[in-house]
This record gives sequence, C-alpha cells and structure tokens, in this order.
Amino acid sequence: MTRKKVWLASLTAPVMIAMLLLLAGSPSVTANDRPSAATAEVKIDNFSFGPQTVTVPVGATVTWTNRDDIPHTVVSTDGVFKSKVRDTDEKFSYTFTKAGTYPYYCTIHPKMTGQVVVQ
Amino acid sequence: MANKKRDFVDQKLQDLNNDGVDRRGFLKCMAWAGTGLVWTMSGGIPVSRAFANNSGKEATKGTDFSFVQISDSHIGFNKPANPDVTATLQTAINKINAMSQEPDFIIHTGDLTQLSKPSEFDTLDQVLKAASAKEVHFVPGEHDMLSDNGEQYLQRYGKGTKGTGWSSFDHKGVHFVGLVNVANLKAGGMGSLGHEQLEWFEDDLKGRSASTPIVLYAHIPLWTIYPDWGWGTDDSEKALSYVKRFGSVTVLNGHIHQIMQKIEGKLSFHTAMSTAFPQPAPGTASSAGPMKVPAEQLQQVLGITDVNYVVSGGSLAIVDSPLGASGSSASVNGGDAWR
Repeated sequence: MTRKKVWLASLTAPVMIAMLLLLAGSPSVTANDRPSAATAEVKIDNFSFGPQTVTVPVGATVTWTNRDDIPHTVVSTDGVFKSKVRDTDEKFSYTFTKAGTYPYYCTIHPKMTGQVVVQ
Repeated sequence: MANKKRDFVDQKLQDLNNDGVDRRGFLKCMAWAGTGLVWTMSGGIPVSRAFANNSGKEATKGTDFSFVQISDSHIGFNKPANPDVTATLQTAINKINAMSQEPDFIIHTGDLTQLSKPSEFDTLDQVLKAASAKEVHFVPGEHDMLSDNGEQYLQRYGKGTKGTGWSSFDHKGVHFVGLVNVANLKAGGMGSLGHEQLEWFEDDLKGRSASTPIVLYAHIPLWTIYPDWGWGTDDSEKALSYVKRFGSVTVLNGHIHQIMQKIEGKLSFHTAMSTAFPQPAPGTASSAGPMKVPAEQLQQVLGITDVNYVVSGGSLAIVDSPLGASGSSASVNGGDAWR
C-alpha cells in the first residue's frame, strides 16, 4: 500500500485527471462510474456460442441470437438463468447484477457450452 | 477381436470423410427423404431394407413378422433443407401402406416434432393415422421435450411408459425395449440414460432366456459415432453390458439423419434416415445442422441401401447393398463372417 501511495504522490495533477478520465470511459470500474447500458452480444452459429467466453462489467446485459436452422437454449449450468427454446433468429437477454463466472450450455445440444465472466 | 471390429468402424467413418471415396454415391445415400426402414424378423434374425426396394415380396417370404422404423420427422421444420416435412412424412407413410407384407407395427425413434408444439404433435398424429399399421411405439427425441420437460409428449405418447418415457414389450417371441436418452442432458455431455432408467432396464431383462432376440431402440445412438457432435450416449456402455448375454441384440437409433451401422459381437447397431432432412456425415461440415441438397435429390428416394442380417458361423453380419449399383458392397462387417 505504501508503495502505491508514493507512486500516486509522484504524479502531477494533470496526469491524475487524465487517468481518471480514462477510467471513466473503461467498461470495468466502480459503481459510480458504471456505464448504464453496457451490453454484449453472443451469436449462436453452427452449434456453437461465439464468443465462447464473454467478459462484461456488473450490470451488463448479454443478448444471445440463434442464427442456426435448429432451435437452441441458453441455460446456466448453475441455474442462474434459463432461456426458452430459441428458434432461428430469436433472442435471449439476461442482465448480470453480480460479479462472477457463469458457465452455460444448450440443453438440447449439451456439447454447446460457453461462459459469461462478470467483473 | 473387439479392436479389430472397432477398426472396421473407424475405417468406415474415415471413408465417409474422404472426399476421394465416391462422393457422388455418398451424397446420394445422404439424400434420403420420406424414408424408413422395414425390419423383418426371420427366425429371430432382423433383416432390414430401405423402402424403395421393390423386391420386398420375395424377401419377406416365410418371415414371422415385420415392423417399420421411421425417425426424425421434425414436424414444424420449414427451413430450406426441406420446406415441407409433413409431405415427406406422408410419403413415408404411403410407402409403408404400399408394402406387400403389412408390418405389425411402427417404431418412431424420436424427434417427432421440431419445437414440441401441440400443433406439431397434432399434425404428426394426423399423418400417422393414415398408416395401415395402427400400432406405433415411440421414444422421444430432444426436440420432443423442449419446453415442458416432455409433459406434452408423455401425455400423448407415454401411456404405460416409465420415467421420461421408457418401456418394453414382447412381440412374437422378440423382446423390444424403448429407451430415452434425451432427457436431463448435462453440459458438455452427449445422450444420457441415467441411473433410474438403467436400473429399470437391468431389471426388465432379468429372467429372460439368452435366446430371446432383443431389439433396443432409442433416439440418440447408443454407440459413440462422433463425440464432437454429441453423437453418442455417455452411459450406453452400462446398458449394453446388460444385454451381452443375449444371442441376438439389435440396436435401432435415429438422431443423425443418415444410415450408419456397426457390429460388435452379437450386437448390431443401426441408425435410420430422417423423414425430414439429411445431416452431414461426421466431420464433413462445420456443424451437424440440416444439410441442403438439390430439391430433386431430396425427392428422389430410397432403396439405395439394403441392410441384411445373416447368420454365419454363429455370428451376425451386415452387408450393405446399395440398390441401383451393380452387386453389393459391404460397408461394415463383423470381420470374419459375412457374405
């Protein structure tokens, strides 16, 4: 901790302001600076979730879109969220309010797996 | 021996993956539509052939009985791979009705519907009503248990079944067991039978003579065809260990929308074509999704593959005999006893 203090003290005011501005624009910051409408998209193509791992800030909404000719589901392995059956072009959205790692899969084709990392 | 047999199957899969191997003929085989398999029981030995084989008259002479397997109707599917799956199922039923020997019953190995909708089940029922064979045995596919844990399916087709829809029955000396491997699937896994069903199955076979011919049917293959696409059942080995003592075991599956066969000792495995749309051979596409073929290929049907079970030297063998091709060719065999 002392090392950090020394490091901060050595910075000039303009540099610190610039850093704060940078932080405000980044997706993973404290509650006060959280962007109100963080979103992420996951596409279902060829029996797979893409990207397979998506990392979002707390409060972000992730939307899955099924682009296959076959229905799929998006179901949390730990029972946190569960979509209805999503046919071609149908979407499912879930808003993540707690940090953590959320593995999920398609209950129809369980070889299809993915995860959402909420920071 | 087991390894040797496995090698034959691997060889078969490799051949399917190899573009150099008669690709045109292969695609033709894949272009099944409105099709089904006729099974005849002769002295406890199941013999199957594809529908369009018009030589059925001679072939069924002297047999005890026959039944038909249809699979993967996917009623409700309307994508380019087949915009009218009801019509192709109708074609399959017409072919059943035109058979020279009326089958005693029909077995549907699942994926009756695309989305488990009541209207889709209604359409299926309407089409099946036209079949001359009135007795139909079902097992669900994953598409039949989509949103309600299979409640709708069980209400309609699960009378007298246990758990998620498994059951057994006897017919003219043959013991049939319908297993469900599409319920409660685990992330990252393949098909699954589950502990409760396995216990029931073991119990169901108890006390039966080893000479009783056994026919197992389930939606997802009970042998591992292609794990990357989930084409197998995680706990099938346990189920198959229960039937090892029987002299003749035939395993009928669907799900993969193409014919695949394998023999392992006294066990014969066979997957049926879909009545709705073809799927690619293992590993030949980026996914197992519906395969589009030219319309004329979809409508051109059947009779390309003839499957015969023959007894020779006490072991079973399968000979794959494409119709329209000169002679017959063995696609998979038991290694040392086939003709």
